[in-house]
Formats: sequence, C-alpha cells, structure tokens
Amino acid sequence: MKNMGRDVYMISGGVTKFSKSVPESDFRVKTKMAFDYALKDINLDKNKIDGTVASYFADHFERQLMAGAMTQDYLGLNPKPGKRVEGGGATGGLALQTGIAEVASGRMNVCAVYGFETMSQVNTWKGNEFIALASDTNFDYPIGGFYTGYYAMLAVRHMHEFGTTPEQFAKVSVKNHGNALHNPYAQSPMKLTVEDVRNSPMVSYPLTRLDVCTMSDGAACAILADEKTAFELCKNPVKIKGIGSGTDTMRLADRPFGKVPLLPNEKESDYANLKYPGVHSFRAGRTAAVEAYRQAGITDPLEELDVIELHDAYTSSEVQTYEDLGLCKYGEGGPFVEEGKADLHGKIPVNPSGGLLASGHPVGATGIMQGVFVFWQLQHSIKKHFKDDTLQIKNAKTGLCHSHAGTGTYVTATIMEAVQ
Amino acid sequence: MTIDYDAKMPETEDGTIVYNTDPLIVKSHYEIDYIHSYGQDSEFFRALGKKKIMGSKCKKCSYVYATPRGHCMFCGEETEWYQLPNEGKIHTFTTCYFGGQEFLSQTPFNIILVEFPGVDSLFMTRLIGADQEDIKVGMKVRARFRRNLKFNPTDVYFVPMRE
Repeated sequence: MKNMGRDVYMISGGVTKFSKSVPESDFRVKTKMAFDYALKDINLDKNKIDGTVASYFADHFERQLMAGAMTQDYLGLNPKPGKRVEGGGATGGLALQTGIAEVASGRMNVCAVYGFETMSQVNTWKGNEFIALASDTNFDYPIGGFYTGYYAMLAVRHMHEFGTTPEQFAKVSVKNHGNALHNPYAQSPMKLTVEDVRNSPMVSYPLTRLDVCTMSDGAACAILADEKTAFELCKNPVKIKGIGSGTDTMRLADRPFGKVPLLPNEKESDYANLKYPGVHSFRAGRTAAVEAYRQAGITDPLEELDVIELHDAYTSSEVQTYEDLGLCKYGEGGPFVEEGKADLHGKIPVNPSGGLLASGHPVGATGIMQGVFVFWQLQHSIKKHFKDDTLQIKNAKTGLCHSHAGTGTYVTATIMEAVQ
Repeated sequence: MTIDYDAKMPETEDGTIVYNTDPLIVKSHYEIDYIHSYGQDSEFFRALGKKKIMGSKCKKCSYVYATPRGHCMFCGEETEWYQLPNEGKIHTFTTCYFGGQEFLSQTPFNIILVEFPGVDSLFMTRLIGADQEDIKVGMKVRARFRRNLKFNPTDVYFVPMRE
C-alpha cells in the first residue's frame, strides 16, 4: 500500500449556475462568485488559505493564456502559491486530486481548488472544433474531428459487443434531465421520455441532441483541509477516503485488446471472452476505480457507495462508466439503467444533480462541481444549498465523483465519506 | 530631437463589430499558420501518394500498429514501417450530422475504425459510398487514395467492398 500522507477533508464548496452563455461576467468574476460562496458557507477568512489549484481546459475558450494567474490575482490570493492543472474533460477531477495531494503531503493546511470555463466566447461549432483539437491532430482530428463522433463509435461498439440499445442510452438522458428539475444550479432541467430523446435531431449516430451535453459558462470551487484544521474551520467536514486515476491512449485506434483489470467482486472467468478495453470500455476509468476502491477499502461498490456523480458527457459514456466502476459487470450497463438501478430512488443514485447532461459542462468547473454536489450530499446540506431537498439521498454516507477526459484518456475517481 | 507636445494618434477607418452593448460584446479575430512537422510520422503521409498505408511493427515484440507510432507502447522499443493491407473490416462506425466548424460543410459524413487481418490495432478513417443505414460492424471495406495529396490522413479513405 502506498503512503497516503495526511488525512484530507473537504470543508466547503461553491458553484455558479451553469448556463449556455453568461456574458455579464468574465471567468474571474464567475470564479469569485463560487469562491465567495464557499468562503461564506463556513465564514472562512481567505487569509487562512495556504494555496490554490486552478482548473480550466482550453486557453482557446478563455481567449487568454495564464487565465489561472489572472484568477488568483482577482481573488486576492497573491502572493500565495498556485498552479494550473489541465487534463481535458477530467481537468476538474485532476485539480481536485492535486489539491488533495497538496494537503495530504503536508505542504498546505488549507487548499482552494477553483475551476471555470467560458465556452460561450465562441459558437458551438467552433467550440466543437476546439474540443476536437484534444484528439491527435495528425491522425484523428483531420478525419472530421468531433468528439460526439468518437463517442458514437464507442457506443456502436458497446451495442455490438453487449447488445446495448439506443433506448437504454436514452434512459440516462431521461433520468439526468429529470433529476435536474430539482437542482437550481442546473443548465437544462427537462421532463423527457425515451421517445423525446430518440426523436431529437441526430448528432452522430446513435447519439441525438439529448444524448449529448451542451456548452456552458460556469465556475466551481472546493476547499480542502487537513484533519485538525478541517474541524477548526467547519462543523461538518467530509473525509476524502480515496483517490484513483488512470490514463489511456490518446487515439481510440491504439486501444489494446487485453484482459480486464479486476475489481474485488469480479473473477477472471466473468470475462473469459472479452477483449479489453477495445473501444467499448474505458480502461482509465477502471484503473481509477481499482485504485480508489483499494484506498477506501471498498470491495463491493454497489453495496458500499450511496451516491455517485459521474462524467456523463454522453448518455452512452454513463452506461459504460457503470461498468468501469463495477456497479455491474461489463456488458450489463444497458439493463442496469433500464431497470432503474441508477435512478434517484434506485439501488445507487447516479447523477442525482442531473450530471453534465443537465447541469452543464463548463469543462474546468465540471469535476469540481461534481465534488461539491457529492460533498453537499454527504453533509446532508442539499436542502440548504438547493432550497429543495428532493435530491438529498437519505442516509448517504459514502460518495464517489468521477471525472473523465478525451475518449477516456484521463479518468479520476474520488471517494468521500460523511463524518457525522 | 524635439518633443511634440501636441502629438496625436492618426484616426483610421477600420472598426470593431459589436454584437451587444450591455454587456459590451465585440468580435475578436484570431488566426495562426503553423509550420508543422510530422516528424517521425512523415513516411506515413508520403506513402499515401504511392497508395500504401504504412503502420508500424515493434522490432522487439512484433506488435503491429495500424496507426503508426515511432516507439512501441508495450516494450518501448523502436518500431519499423509495416505496410497494411488495403482491405479490412469495420470495427465500429458512426455518421456525423453535426461537427466542428472545419468539417460542418461536409456533414453528413461517416467515420469508421478499420481492423486489418494480422494487425493488432485499428485505423480511423472516412467511409464514403454508404449511408448510415447501410453500414454494419464487420462490413468489408477497401482503401482508395486521392490522386492529388493533401498530406493529411484523408489522402486515404475507404469504400464498401463487393461481397
């Protein structure tokens, strides 16, 4: 077992309401809104913060290099240490884990992790071009670089391998947009049917407009501390029980066809005929889960986790991620959602906030937003922050947030546990 | 040297496109031409002009990559060029009805991952000559090549094969 360093707690969080376009403020002010919310929630003096991690994906979207330095400046945190962490869609998750490491190492007692993205600075088709530049620009981008296209190919292969259906993917959209009806921070709350999802315009077969998340403007902030400081500053901190992350090849075409890295509740014979990961599964997601579960001592995730916020940029990737996280066996993700196991009152509520599909996906803020929503779930403070307790998972004690980049190129899993 | 106390910036007729005044939203243009090197992958792009798709093979473990890479991801050894067959099968596919700005005018278009016999990894490419409804996993496809090269990977594309 690797040395985990000091115990780390999350002590506060803040999120702005995500929207397609919020031109009234730039990325610095959006971040300050989330940061100030987090400070105010526990009456924290910003001078108590030892340093920061800045999370944002694309200099292209911000139209600014060193946007992290500008944000640190605007928040009045100079000359404290700070740095930027970047890893595509997983930027927020990676930044959160970097903040955890800053505290675990003993370098900082209090670390603020803030993230933002202002995607409305370009039109959607230009934004899709920027995002596609996060695929190999020699071999993949020129073919018709479009991330929904890449995920559609993953989805088609999942359908081929396991018999998953587009209607099963659509169930994810129905669930997540529906959950978001009770999340005041969400961008796209909607009451939908599977037919609505299948009948919306096709973006990239088999994924329709309602299978895909949208461009967003927004910011989020998480504040972390060591055990002693956490209980001094916060009445109800939440413990970080484990962090895991993994990587995979940048090009989908390079994914190998090997063996599944097993979770404690799986056997090699479960996957005797499965060539893994191919392009049907996310090896980085499984690798992240294996590491995080080992640290947290989780051997049966479906029984031991109470709430999950995972990276559903596409309905299909939520289904694929159930399997990577071991909520069901590989191949069983379609029936898992179809049977309502991931519903708000299902076996394990997945994306009670609405996920990326309905909450929005301002890339650098997203992974932190997920961390904040899991933190509030475990604090049992959803009612306080949402002004509505519909989404509060009763008796939630252990939660997981999952952040994901590229075609599964970087993935993080962070496990938190309620103290009270 | 004299100091001009009435120095004045010349007025110009160019201006700024304004989309909105509250908040003030303006058009801000940016473009760049890179002097981009394909480096160790150069041969792949040159070979397309000879109607050859070049993958790579690890000199040590003999793993064959359909999309070339200079060093093996398993053993770290250098690879050598390996000519792929011009026929393969569709491993997975999609049809894009929307896309990034650069490709928007080409929609709808098909992207596929091709598997080749005796080759360990896949190759991403365009499929033409078939609509979404006609495309199936496992369908046989063959490579065709542009006569006038663009020196990008679209110099090779695939079409369905007669069964």
